[in-house]
Amino acid sequence: MTTVAMAEKQVKMEERIVDIKNPVLSIQDLSIAYNKDKYAVKHVNADIKKNAITAIMGPSGCGKSTLLRAINRMHELYPDIVTEGKINLHDDDILKMSTIKLRRKIGMVFQRPNPFPTMSIYDNVIAGYKLNGIKLKRAERDEIVERSLRNVALWDEVKDSLMKKGTFLSGGQQQRLCIARALAFQPEVILLDEPTSALDPVATAKVEDLLVELKKDYTIVLVTHNMSQAARISDYSMFMYLGELVEYDKTKVMFTNPRDSRTEGYLTGKFG
Amino acid sequence: MKAQIELANQDNSSYRKLKDRIFFWFIVVMSVVTISPIVMIIGKLVVKGFRQFNFNFFTQTTPDTFEAMMAVSQGEIIPGGILNGITGSLLVVVLASVMAIPLGVIIGIYLYENQAKRYAGLIRSIADVLQGVPSIVLGLISYLWIVKHVTTGFSALAGSVSLCIMMLPLIIRSTEETMKMIPTSIKEAGLALGVPYYKIILRVLIPTGFSGLMTGILLAISRIIGETAPLMLTTLGSPVVNMNIAKPTSAVPLLIWEFYNDPNMVDLIWSSSLFLMGFVLTLNIISKRIAAKRRTI
Amino acid sequence: MKSDKVTKQILFAASLIILLTAAGMVFSLIMGAIPVFKEFGLGFVFSNEWDPTEGRENYGALPFIAGTLITSILAIVICLPMAFSTSLFIGEYFRKSAVASVISSMVDLLAGVPSIVYGLWGFYTLRPIIMELGLSPQGYGVFTSGIILAIMIIPYATSLSNEIISMVPNELKEAAYSLGATRMEVVFTVILPNARSGIVASYILAFGRALGETMAVTMLIGNSNVVPDSLFGTGNTMASVIANQFGEADGLKLSALIGIGLLLFIITALVNWIGKIIIKKFS
Ligand SMILES: Nc1ncnc2c1ncn2[C@@H]1O[C@H](COP(=O)(O)OP(=O)(O)O)[C@@H](O)[C@H]1O
Ligand SMILES: [Mg+2]
Repeated sequence: MTTVAMAEKQVKMEERIVDIKNPVLSIQDLSIAYNKDKYAVKHVNADIKKNAITAIMGPSGCGKSTLLRAINRMHELYPDIVTEGKINLHDDDILKMSTIKLRRKIGMVFQRPNPFPTMSIYDNVIAGYKLNGIKLKRAERDEIVERSLRNVALWDEVKDSLMKKGTFLSGGQQQRLCIARALAFQPEVILLDEPTSALDPVATAKVEDLLVELKKDYTIVLVTHNMSQAARISDYSMFMYLGELVEYDKTKVMFTNPRDSRTEGYLTGKFG
Repeated sequence: MKAQIELANQDNSSYRKLKDRIFFWFIVVMSVVTISPIVMIIGKLVVKGFRQFNFNFFTQTTPDTFEAMMAVSQGEIIPGGILNGITGSLLVVVLASVMAIPLGVIIGIYLYENQAKRYAGLIRSIADVLQGVPSIVLGLISYLWIVKHVTTGFSALAGSVSLCIMMLPLIIRSTEETMKMIPTSIKEAGLALGVPYYKIILRVLIPTGFSGLMTGILLAISRIIGETAPLMLTTLGSPVVNMNIAKPTSAVPLLIWEFYNDPNMVDLIWSSSLFLMGFVLTLNIISKRIAAKRRTI
Repeated sequence: MKSDKVTKQILFAASLIILLTAAGMVFSLIMGAIPVFKEFGLGFVFSNEWDPTEGRENYGALPFIAGTLITSILAIVICLPMAFSTSLFIGEYFRKSAVASVISSMVDLLAGVPSIVYGLWGFYTLRPIIMELGLSPQGYGVFTSGIILAIMIIPYATSLSNEIISMVPNELKEAAYSLGATRMEVVFTVILPNARSGIVASYILAFGRALGETMAVTMLIGNSNVVPDSLFGTGNTMASVIANQFGEADGLKLSALIGIGLLLFIITALVNWIGKIIIKKFS
């Protein structure tokens, strides 16, 4: 390798700040615009580590959700949105995968709990199988439901009311049900968009504990505008500002020693 | 895990995508099929009706069968027009509106003022039921009330009473909905100043909701203008222009029915229908314009 | 204030008018129908013999009740796939786009076409097609009427449903998409179940419309006073028999027609009431 190329590679590394080996996801020069010329996400580069929680922080409107939703191609539901750049899942370009397969591998949990109101708790958990037309035996279904609900520590609370509508649960329970719904499908990656912003502190704590528990088996990307949450449970943190990825580092490093003045400003509460 | 093995084996994605495409095209094709009748109807009216559209059509009364037959046999267009129908329709519709609009608006305001009362709920349900009553039944009613007991004979008044009952629920509904959209602060500001309530209605509520009321009224008129069945039972028809509300009267839809039943007059069907359809269309467009303007303010 | 009290009384009095109108309608229909019920009892409803010949007069409304129900059910069956597709077109697939608003205005226009114009179009355009296809020798009958009715009620079946379909929250649809569903699967497992009662209610209201349509059916059904013997057979509906035979009616025959009007009133009121209840439960 020539020295110039070496130097270039060095710069690239600098840009990415953290060096993650064998990343699950690799986001490369990703830009997203809702309408022409107005980019909500600009030239983001980041690798996501396996079996870790990566938090995306930043003030409201900085593009966190936009970035997250690009990862399982939610933006394709809205034809006006332009996505540029590349995201790899291991070595596969996600833009070239079928959305059906992609979304089987990457699950998503939304800001407001959104269990299907016409379905029972049981049906909500196996909704992924139903929607995808996957036929399961009764015993298999029961097993999946129980395992997924145990995963989110909801089993004991709802095991006697599995046939009731999911909307009867409390907000925190609903959100855990939605996480169970995403888990039931055994994805590799789970994307969560401010999953606790609609929950009270007790329910929030439960979901946080749960996420820490889940990272053993899953790779988790968590959008939050609550930096203490990021500090508590994440291993890596991204700080976004006005669509740019300003800083990306191990959470401990970023919170103790931010490199960028904007990150520092945010962490010390100057804005956001 | 067993389930996961199953999952890996069941790659049905291409089949599902195909089904998805087919369903999409089904929706598109069926939607086109759904709107094709309106295109065909308007097309037919324009193509076949345009020939008869001339000055006389609007200024002369209907020809008799013999005149029409002579014209048709010589390949000419049928002389005469539908003036008696146009004036008759105007008479009946204006009369119906004069009765239905004030009454409907007042009842609408009453419902708005007494939202929660059970009695208001009853009135609202009655309006709902009336809206579903078939127009022919309203014709029967008006026959029993007006033709038999008031004008003792078929009359414009009888026709307009049946159409009035048709309009009422539509106007009541749209009035109440419009009033609900007016901010209560506007009303309360007036009441706080001690302005009498009837003045608030006349000077504040009605002017503020004017475009909403207009939209409802125009739509109601466009619904009744083409009604034929109730008029067959009430106004009967007339070969001459009639402006007496106690006398039988013609109307454009009634004329279409007469032309339809008279082989010599068939050519006039299309132009009359085109005229009627044009009228309905214009009312629809105007009311849409008003509604759109309201939304932008 | 004194004037306020008067104003309130005027408002209330107006509401009484509509109450009295409705009560008066029921009263007049019942009074008018009494002679025929006195003569034939419940046989009026269940007999299928309709014979106005003087001396051996017999009035049974069954053929018309049957004709009304059959044409209306046929209409709703034919209307179903069309209204279903159009609602999804407007409320989901092309939501808020220019095409959707064009389609939606054209559907609205269907509601503005006078019944008699539908009759003309059915007579001059649809009937020849039915004859051409060899479905019925004259082209008249239950089937032809059913098609015309289906077209007439489409705006009623779609207006409410496409609104309700477009109101299904995005977050639910996204939840389904995030689980890998295709759009069609989202339609069937999320959108339709969530909009179900609204859609059902609008079909019921559309059915109520079909029951009372007069002119177009009168011009196409063939006007034979018998229970239709097949899908392509001729018949008569309650509304069309009133329109047809009213001109020459008095005495017992008039009472029979009013009796049919009363039955029609009851049936449509019932159907609409059910529809409204479903809507209320939904909202
Ligand atoms: N559907 C949309 N249409 C247009 N602009 C949008 C849309 N959603 C978000 N935006 C804009 O994109 C930017 C980033 O939004 P978002 O990713 O939701 O921010 P965050 O999740 O960080 O609060 C904001 O400026 C927002 O106004
Ligand atoms: Mg967000």
